[in-house]
Amino acid sequence: MFRHPAVIRVTHWVNAVCLLVLLMSGLQIFNAHPALYWGNVSTFDTPLMAMSSTEDDPPKGVTTIFGTTFDTTGWLGSSVGANGEPADRGFPAWTTLPSDQDLTGGRSWHFFFAWAFVLNGLAYLLYGLVSGQLRFRVIPSRDQVRHFGASVWEHLTLRFPQGDEAKRYNVIQKLTYLVVLFVLLPVQVLAGLAMSPAMNAAFPFLLTLFDGRQSARTIHFVVAALLVLFVVVHVALVLLSGFWNNMRGMLTGWFVIERKVEPVAVAAEPRS
Amino acid sequence: MNSLPSRRALLTGASATAAAAMLGGCDRLGNADWFQRTLKTGEDANLFVQRLLLTDRTLAPEYAESDISPWFKPNGTEDPPDKDYKALAKGKFAKYHLEVGGLVEVPFRLSLAELRTLPARTQVTRHDCVEGWSAIGKWTGVPLADLLSRAKLKPEARYVVFHCADTMDQGSALEGGGDGEDADEAPPAGNTNPAMTKQSGGGESRKDSGGQQAPEDTAASGGTSVRYYESIDLVDAFHPQTILAYDMNGKALPIANGAPLRLRVERNLGYKQAKYVMRIEVVESFAHFGEGKGGYWEDQGYAWYAGI
Repeated sequence: MFRHPAVIRVTHWVNAVCLLVLLMSGLQIFNAHPALYWGNVSTFDTPLMAMSSTEDDPPKGVTTIFGTTFDTTGWLGSSVGANGEPADRGFPAWTTLPSDQDLTGGRSWHFFFAWAFVLNGLAYLLYGLVSGQLRFRVIPSRDQVRHFGASVWEHLTLRFPQGDEAKRYNVIQKLTYLVVLFVLLPVQVLAGLAMSPAMNAAFPFLLTLFDGRQSARTIHFVVAALLVLFVVVHVALVLLSGFWNNMRGMLTGWFVIERKVEPVAVAAEPRS
Repeated sequence: MNSLPSRRALLTGASATAAAAMLGGCDRLGNADWFQRTLKTGEDANLFVQRLLLTDRTLAPEYAESDISPWFKPNGTEDPPDKDYKALAKGKFAKYHLEVGGLVEVPFRLSLAELRTLPARTQVTRHDCVEGWSAIGKWTGVPLADLLSRAKLKPEARYVVFHCADTMDQGSALEGGGDGEDADEAPPAGNTNPAMTKQSGGGESRKDSGGQQAPEDTAASGGTSVRYYESIDLVDAFHPQTILAYDMNGKALPIANGAPLRLRVERNLGYKQAKYVMRIEVVESFAHFGEGKGGYWEDQGYAWYAGI
């Protein structure tokens, strides 16, 4: 069946690139001051979370979260860079863009891809609304809501739908996309804007919304982590539910529906 | 479907290789001139859109006195090494004069005492370092608009350049260590992280930097030092919250925070808030200062517009 219209395929991949670049350049920017706070200002002595390196030789990387300190040598606080030497840095070189410590480079990447991300996202939303795709894709239908429990169980046991049921997203997928599209991504954009002093002047409510600039920075970080979690699960399920078919679907639009060979799987409830 | 394991191994291997190649590729791409210029269009868009959203008089948020940070983190230069500056500081800046010149009809200079007799503005505002941290301070000073009006700008005037007393030692500033520049903003992040440091783009270029002005006496190390400078356009220059502050939190500005006079140009990140301001020059273009990008950090690759 033809599953993904061209606009959705293109915006999907543009979005994937944008999110990856935004994540890595974001970690670069974070590394310029690898600590998080709540409120409007930085309480340097009492961060919510901070990464640093010790004076030892070789230095240890330590991460403090809510007052508890963990040894994160090699990962956070201190890690080996491209030159083989341990470097004092929040996130390691392989996670950041550029890989060397380079705040201004990170900012250039981040802002350019932030614009690309927003414009791409708006194109997707506009198309999705006009074409009805958005509603079809992410709003659970009545019968799906009714069988919510069964869907969760199917999902947890990794039994993927076949036949007609495979033509639409299941209720958990829909709810997940709903949250990502209309909660996480918008919050992420707004929290990013809330860190801009000029945007604070233009829209002071941004500071109210996030309870201050440093809180906005913290939320920006946490939401980024949630988006990473989403992508990890998304990719894992793409792999588990038939990688090539899924890829074909998102590259060409065509997706193969496996007919139910054996009516074993859950005695298909009659779909209306 | 039973070929899954090998397929998985294949995919894992392939993606690891692809990831490594991609990382290297991005770094190489990021160093290419044309690509850097392309990326910078994102920052151009920031300026364009933010200027649309803000009127000339839209104010940055102001805070209550109770919000003032107990410690206002100094960043960049905390004690200018320059002899002339040290002499001024020793005399409690009694011999200090702010010069206002360039494309103006009436250039003038004012002592600190004279500045203090002019109408002042006090504001409690938040300072946001490009590194990511913030602090709130109370600033009292002379609105820059008043000084510029008094000097009467010539029609060609487009930018206001702030020449500062502190010499940046390129070597160490850049390497992360130290304190670089001035503004508190600055990127150098001190110990926690070598942030700003140089690596940035502009890196190589700084050699002759200071061209015009920094030169001679530069305190420190040899030839590669340059004085901090910054520039803003007339929109920011005439903004009501743009002041030259001599007091911080109700007391004379400490040296670490820019004594005797520093710029506050709210709605902008910290590296715009030049400390140790000695001379204000109104110009048509800042192309002939430093590396031509409009400021010390700009010459290292930071965006001239620092509203985000």
